[in-house]
Amino acid sequence: MQSTVNNNENWTPKIVAFFCNWCTYTASDLAGVSRLRYAPSTRVIRVMCSGRIDPEFVMEAFAKGADGILIGGCHPGDCHYAEGNYKCLRRFTLLQKYADQMGIDKERLRLEWISASEGKKLQEVVNDMTEQIRKLGPSKIKNVVETIER
Amino acid sequence: MGNEKPKLKLAVYWGAACGGCCVSVLDVHEKLFDVVANADIVFWPIALDFKYKDVEAMPDQHIDVTLFNGAVRTSENEHMAKLLRQKSKILIAYGSCAHMGGIPGLANFTNKEDLFKRVYDESESTENPDKVRPTPEVQVKEGKLTLPKFYNDVMTLNQVVDVDYYLPGCPPQTERLVEVFMAVVTGAQLPPKGSVIGVFDRVQCDDCKRKKSDKKNITRFKRAWEVTDDGETCLNEQGILCMGPATRGGCGVRCVEGNAPCRGCYGPMEGIPDPGAKMMSAIASMLEGKEQDEIDKAIESVVDPAGTFYRFSLPGSILRRKI
Ligand code: SF4
Ligand code: SF4
Ligand code: SF4
Ligand code: FES
Repeated sequence: MQSTVNNNENWTPKIVAFFCNWCTYTASDLAGVSRLRYAPSTRVIRVMCSGRIDPEFVMEAFAKGADGILIGGCHPGDCHYAEGNYKCLRRFTLLQKYADQMGIDKERLRLEWISASEGKKLQEVVNDMTEQIRKLGPSKIKNVVETIER
Repeated sequence: MGNEKPKLKLAVYWGAACGGCCVSVLDVHEKLFDVVANADIVFWPIALDFKYKDVEAMPDQHIDVTLFNGAVRTSENEHMAKLLRQKSKILIAYGSCAHMGGIPGLANFTNKEDLFKRVYDESESTENPDKVRPTPEVQVKEGKLTLPKFYNDVMTLNQVVDVDYYLPGCPPQTERLVEVFMAVVTGAQLPPKGSVIGVFDRVQCDDCKRKKSDKKNITRFKRAWEVTDDGETCLNEQGILCMGPATRGGCGVRCVEGNAPCRGCYGPMEGIPDPGAKMMSAIASMLEGKEQDEIDKAIESVVDPAGTFYRFSLPGSILRRKI
C-alpha cells in the first residue's frame, strides 16, 4: 500500500536500529572488529535494555523518515534487568498489530534477539532486512505525516 | 452587582462536531447567571442568531475568548477557525475534537474517496445510479450553488491555526469550564500559552476509587459482556480495557464512576506526544505472558488497538492518519 516499487539497487534504506547495550550493541561491535561486511543501512541507537524502547520512539522514527526499524535485545532469559526483553516482546507484538492497522508494511518493523557473541547473526539480520526493504522501496510515512491533504 | 468592569465578549463555535460540546456549555446550569453577569455572548450558532458576516464585521481581537469545538474537516471549518483566530484575543480548543481530532478524527483511518464510495454508492439505503457526488460547485439554471470542500484529512484545530489553550474532554467537564472562565473574568494569572487547561496533573487512575494492585497479571482482555463487574476492582485487572493509566485526569473519572471503562477523551499527560504509545507500554506491563504464543493470545484479545488507543486522538497522534 504505502510502498512504491523501487528496484533501485543503489538505494540504501535507512534503518533505525535500537540495540540493547548488553547484547546486540556489543554484537555489532564484534561484527565490526571481525570485519564482517554488512549493508551500511543502519543508524544505531544504543539503549540500556530492549525494555526501554517506548513505542513512541518507533513512531517518531517512522514519522521522521526511517524506512525500517530494527530492535535488538538479549535472548529470553538473558536480559540484564531480568524481564525487560519480555516486556519488549509484549510491546512489540502490540505495536506490530497497530502498525498493521495503520498500513505500515510488516517488513519495516522487526525484533531480533542477538547476543553479544552473535556478530554473524547481526550481519545476516541487517542484510536480510535491508534487502526486504529495498524491495518495498522508500517509506511514504514521513511524507504522509507531514502533508495534510485538503 | 458591580457592573463597572466591561463585560467579556465570548464566542462559541463548532467545526466538525457532534453538538455535545455546545450542550456542555449550556450545562453550566445556574452558573450561567455568573457567566451572563460577566460576559456577553457575541457569537454562538447553536443558541443565538448571529451570522458569519457579523463576525467578519468585527474588528480584529474584538472577542475576548472563543471556545472552538469540533475538528477541522471542511473548508468552512477552516475558514471559520482562521476568522475566529483573527477576531479573538484568546482561542481555546474546546473538547477532544478540537484538541486531538476526536471522534470525527477516526475518519483518518480511511480517506475521502472510500468514505464517499461507501456513503454515495454502496450503502444499503443508497440509490444513486448516476453516481452523483457532492462537489464544491454546481451550476443549476438558477445559478451557481456552492458547498464547503470536504477534505481528505481531518485536522486538529492547531493544525490550521495558532491555539492559545486546550480544554480537553468529550465533552469537557462543565465545572472545569466554569473554573477556567472565572479565572479569565477575575484576571487571574493565566497559564503559559499552549497549555492544556481544566485538567489535573495526574492520570485517571490516581483519582479512581477502584482497588488496584501493583502486579496486574492480565492474561487476556475480555469484551464487557463477558465480565460481571464486581464494582470495586480496577477494570483492567478484571480484563476490561481501561485507558485510565494513559489518560489525564480532569473529568472526575466519570466513566469508571458509572462502571464503564475510561476511553481516553482527556488525552495524554503533559509532554506525552502520543496517547496510544503510552497505552501500549502500559498494557505490555500489565500482561504476564513470556512465550510468544501466550503473548500472541493476549494481544489478540486487544481487538482494535488503533481504534481503541486513538479513539479521540488519531489526527493529533504522531502518525496522524492511516498511511
Ligand atoms: S469533543 Fe465530543 S462532545 Fe465535543 S464535539 Fe467532539 S464528539 Fe462532540
Ligand atoms: S485502569 Fe481504569 S479502573 Fe483501573 S484504576 Fe485506572 S481508571 Fe480505575
Ligand atoms: S473517564 Fe475517560 S473517557 Fe470518561 S470522561 Fe473521563 S477521560 Fe473521558
Ligand atoms: S538488557 Fe538486553 S534486553 Fe534487557
